[in-house]
Amino acid sequence: MAVMHEMAAGMGGIRTAGDLVARMVMKGMKISAAKEYVANKLGCSVFDLSDSYKMKEIRESLDIGTVLDRPHASYGMAAKMRIAELLDIKIPSVELFKKKLGKSF
Amino acid sequence: MEKFFTRMGDGEGVWMSKEEIKNDILAGMEDAVVKGKSQPMGQDEIEHLVDILTMPQKNVSVERGNEGVVTFDAGTLKLPVRCAIPVDRSTALLIHERVLCSDTMELCNTDYSYKAIKNIVPEEAMAMEHAQMNCIMPIFYGAMPNMGQYTKPDGPVDNWATLLPEGKIKEAMVAQEEAVELCKNDMIFIGSAMAEAGTCGIQFDTSGASGDADALAALEAAKVLSRKYPNLSITMGMANEFHLGMHGKLKFEGERIAGQYPAKQVKSVEAAGAHSFGAVINTNSSKSFAWNLSRSLTYAKEATRVADIPVLVNVGMGVGGIPLTNTSPTDATTRAAKAMLEIGKADGL
Repeated sequence: MAVMHEMAAGMGGIRTAGDLVARMVMKGMKISAAKEYVANKLGCSVFDLSDSYKMKEIRESLDIGTVLDRPHASYGMAAKMRIAELLDIKIPSVELFKKKLGKSF
Repeated sequence: MEKFFTRMGDGEGVWMSKEEIKNDILAGMEDAVVKGKSQPMGQDEIEHLVDILTMPQKNVSVERGNEGVVTFDAGTLKLPVRCAIPVDRSTALLIHERVLCSDTMELCNTDYSYKAIKNIVPEEAMAMEHAQMNCIMPIFYGAMPNMGQYTKPDGPVDNWATLLPEGKIKEAMVAQEEAVELCKNDMIFIGSAMAEAGTCGIQFDTSGASGDADALAALEAAKVLSRKYPNLSITMGMANEFHLGMHGKLKFEGERIAGQYPAKQVKSVEAAGAHSFGAVINTNSSKSFAWNLSRSLTYAKEATRVADIPVLVNVGMGVGGIPLTNTSPTDATTRAAKAMLEIGKADGL
C-alpha cells in the first residue's frame, strides 16, 4: 500500500526531500508552507524538492543522508543532527543523543 | 458505448460507461453533502475526477507539484508480520527508507493496542532508540486506543455493548466514563515513554473506534502529551467519518464528540494540540469505486477547507475510497491518491 502511495503521490523520502518536508508537516505546517520552508533552507526551488537528480546532489553536498551509502557519508543519527541544524528544528532523538553524550554541540 | 475498467467497493473489477461513472460520482458526493453537511465539489472538480477515473493507464500519479507527504499506519506490521518476511522491525524501517522511498514510517507492535503495549513498553522504547540511531526519516510510534479492551472479561470495566441492549443506559455511560480514564492514562504513560525514547511522533490510530468515549480518551491523552512534550509530533487518525454516540453526551473543549464528521473532528484534534489529522471515510463495499471515492473526497475537502493543521487522509484498505480488500488494486489506490491530493487538497496521506 505504502509503495503505491509513495510512487503515485509521495514526495520520495530520502531519495528527494520527502523526509525533510515531512518533518515540517509534523510540526503542523501545511504542505505548501512546509515545501517553501524546506526549499528556502536548502537554497533550491520548490519544484526541485521532488527531483531526485537535483536532490541527490543537494543531499550529498549537505551530507544529510542519501539512499545509496557512500564511504564517510553521514547516515542515521549523524545525518539527522545535520538535518536538525539545517532546518533549525529540534528532532527528539537528536536531543536525546546529545543529552546522553552530555554535550551541547 | 465505450466502457472503462474500474472497481466495486469490494475490489471486484467492473466495466462502466463514463455516464455511469459520473452518475455514481454525483450520488456519492450527494451522500456526503446531505449526511455530512459538506460543500459539494465544483463542476471542474467533478470533471477532473471523471478524467482520473477514466484514464487509460493502469496506474496513475499526481501532476508535478502536487506531491504530499506519506505516512504509514502500523508500518512495521507489514513486512515482518503480514507478509511473513523474516526481518526485524528495524530492518523493515530501513527497507522502507532506503528502498521503498517512504517519507516517514511507524514503529508498532503486532498487538496494535495501547492497552497491550503497556506490558512491554520498555522493550518498545528500546526498539525505538535503536531505530532512531540508524534511520534518517521521521519515525512515529503508533497504536490504537481500542477502548473496548478495557471491558470485561479482558478489562475491569462493565461492557457497555451488552449493557445498552439491556436498556441499562446510565450504567453503560458510567462504564464508558471509567474506561476513558483508564485508556487515557495508559496512552499518556506509553506516549511519555516513547517520547523519552526519542520518537519523532506518536500516532493515535482509529480514534473513536469504540465510539465517542474512545475518541475522548485519545483527545485527552493528546492534550496532555502535547503540553508535556512540545517537540513531540502528535497525529490522530480517525476510525470513521463520524464519531458514533455510544455515550452520546461527552464533550471535548465544549464540543460534543458524538456525531462529528471530519470537518468537526479536525477542529477537536486541533484543540487537543495535535499536529496533523488523519481523516477516515469508510468504503461501502456494495457501491462502486467512483461512488466511494467521490464521497470520500467531498468529506476530505470539507476538512481541508477548515483545517488549520495538515490533513493526512487515510487512503488504505477500505478507507478513503479504496476498495475493502486486503490486497488493494494498484489502479484504484493510485487513482485515490491522485484525487485526494489534486482535488481533495490533502497535505498528504
